[in-house]
Amino acid sequence: MKTFYWLVKREFWEHKGGFFWAPVVTGIVFLVLNGMGIVLGEVFGRRFGGLQFGGGNVHLQSDMSLADLRNAGAGIDIMLYAVAAIILGVTAIVVFFYCLGALYDDRRDRSILFWKSLPLSDSSTVLSKLASAALLAPAISIVVGVIVGLVLAMFLAVVALVHGINLWTLLMAAHPFRVVGTLVLLIPLYAIWALPTLGWLLLCSAWAKSKPFLWAIALPVGSGVIVSWFGLMGVLNLSSDWYWKNVVSRLLGSLIPGSWVGNASPLVISDHSDPSAMLNSLDLAYHYSALASPSLWIGAIAGIAMIAGAIWFRRWRDES
Amino acid sequence: MTAVVTATGLSKRYKSSQALDGASFQIGSGRIVGLIGPNGAGKTTALKAILGLTTFEGQLNVLGLDPRKDRDKLMEQVCFIADVAVLPRWIRVKDAVDFVANTHPRFDRSKCDAFLARTKLQPQQKVKQLSKGMIVQLHLALVMSIDARLLVLDEPTLGLDILYRKQFYQSLLEDYFDEEKTILVTTHQVEEIEHILTDLMFIRDGKIVLDTDMDSLGERFAEVLVGAEFAHAARELKPLDERQVFGKSIFLFDNVSRPELERLGEVRRPSIGDLFVATMKGTYA
Repeated sequence: MKTFYWLVKREFWEHKGGFFWAPVVTGIVFLVLNGMGIVLGEVFGRRFGGLQFGGGNVHLQSDMSLADLRNAGAGIDIMLYAVAAIILGVTAIVVFFYCLGALYDDRRDRSILFWKSLPLSDSSTVLSKLASAALLAPAISIVVGVIVGLVLAMFLAVVALVHGINLWTLLMAAHPFRVVGTLVLLIPLYAIWALPTLGWLLLCSAWAKSKPFLWAIALPVGSGVIVSWFGLMGVLNLSSDWYWKNVVSRLLGSLIPGSWVGNASPLVISDHSDPSAMLNSLDLAYHYSALASPSLWIGAIAGIAMIAGAIWFRRWRDES
Repeated sequence: MTAVVTATGLSKRYKSSQALDGASFQIGSGRIVGLIGPNGAGKTTALKAILGLTTFEGQLNVLGLDPRKDRDKLMEQVCFIADVAVLPRWIRVKDAVDFVANTHPRFDRSKCDAFLARTKLQPQQKVKQLSKGMIVQLHLALVMSIDARLLVLDEPTLGLDILYRKQFYQSLLEDYFDEEKTILVTTHQVEEIEHILTDLMFIRDGKIVLDTDMDSLGERFAEVLVGAEFAHAARELKPLDERQVFGKSIFLFDNVSRPELERLGEVRRPSIGDLFVATMKGTYA
C-alpha cells in the first residue's frame, strides 16, 4: 500500500503540469474571461437601463422573492457544475495523452531500466498509472473546478451587492459542498465508464514500438472505416453505426465527462423553467442508472482485459 | 564458494541473430567479475536474462530464484546500473532519494545522504540539469545505499571523463564492496577495471570462451618478448598471437610451461586488453 502511494506520487511529480497546472490555468483563464464579461455587462447594463444577466433564468434584482433566491442558489450550483465540467473536459484531454505516454515515454528514454531496477511489480506500476488517470486527475480537477466556480460566484455576489442584494444570502442559497460531494461520488462511475478508453490507451502505450498515438487512433478508426465500407456488421444484422458507437467511440471517447448519459435512464425533468427541479432530476441516482446498461459492463470487462494486456507487455516487452 | 548466479545452456534468439548460444557459467559470492566481449556478443542479453528483463531458454538461477518468475522478489537483492542515461530526466534529486527510500526495503537513507554530501548535487536539482558525471554520482549514491547481494553494471562509465570514471570504481571498492557482495560488470574500457577484477569472462557469439579467475590467468597466459633469432622457435609453440614492436616480436601463449618460455625471452603477464584482442581475432571479419 505504501509502495502504491509512492508510485502514484511519482506520477504526480512527473505530470504535475498536466494534472495540476492545466486545470488551474484553465480556471484562471475562465475567470478572467468571465470577469471581463461581467464588467462589460455592467457597462452595457448601465447604458441601457435594465440589468439582466446570469446563469439560466436567474435575474439579479434587488427585489428577489424567496423562490427567486432558491433559483439563484440552484443557478449557482449549475454554474459550479458547468465550471467543473469544463475543467474536467480539459483534464480528460490531459489524461488521454497521459495514458498514451504512461508506458511508452520511459521506454523511449530508457528510464524504464531505472524503474525496473527497483523491486516494483509491473502490475502495481500499471495500476498506479491507471489510478492516477481515473481517480487522481479527476479529483484534482473537481476541486479546482469548484474553487473556480465559487470565485466566479463571489464575482457575481459582489455585483449583486452593488445592486443591493446581500452577498451572503445569495451565496448561502448555493450548495458548494453538495456539488463537490456529487461530483466526487461520480468519479467511480466515470472511472468504470472510462475503462475501455483507459485500457486501450495503456495497452497501446505498453505495446507500440513507436508512435503509440498513431496506433491508438488508427486501429479503431481504420477498423470502423473498413466495417462501414464493406458493411460487415450486416452479417450480424447490425448497422455500421452500431460499430462506431459501441466500439470506436467507446475505445477513444469514453473519457469525455458525462458521456455515459446516453446509457442512463431517460431524463425526466418536471419543469424546465425551474433550475432547482432540473438539478434534482440530474441527481446521482440518474447518473448511476447507467450501471444498468450492458455497454458499461462489457466496456469495463474489455478495459480490464486490455489493462491485463498492458501489464503483460510491460513485463515482457524487450526493446533490443 | 556459494554461487550467486548459475547459468546452464543459456540461449536467446532474436529475429535476426543468436544473442546467446548455450552459455554456461557460474559466479561466486564476493567476486568482482568482468564480462567482456565485442559489440553484439551477447553481454547485454546475458545481463538482461539475469535481471529477468527478457525471456530465454536454458537454466538460470540467481540467488536461488528464477528471474523469469520471481523478478519482483529478486530485485530486492539485485541492483543494476544500465548506463549513465537512465535516470528519469524530470525527477529531482530529493524526490529520487525519497522514492527509493520508500519503495526499497533494503535502502539506507543516511548512507545515501552521506554519499550525496560528498558531491555537488543539490536536493532541488532535476536530473536534466545535471551533467552525465553528476547523474552517475546520483545513481551510484542510490545504488550503494541499497544492501543488495548482486550489483550488475552494464557499461556504467560510458561517456564519462576520466575523473568520474576513476572515482566511480574507487567508490565502489572503498565504500561498497565486501565479501558479502558480488559485482558483475561489462565494459569496453578493460584497462580501467583490470586491477579490480577477481574473475574474468570473455563472451563471443553468445558463448563463454574464457572463464577464469585473475590468479590462474597469470599462470595460464604469458606474453614473451622474443628477439628475431628465437622467433622461429617461438612460433613452433603455437602462440595465440604475435605482434611486432621495435624489431622484436611479442608472442602470447596459452598453457605453455614457464621455463620453456623463459628460454625464449622476457616473460610478462599479458594485459586483459591484449588477451582480449588475441582471443577475439576475426570477430568482425
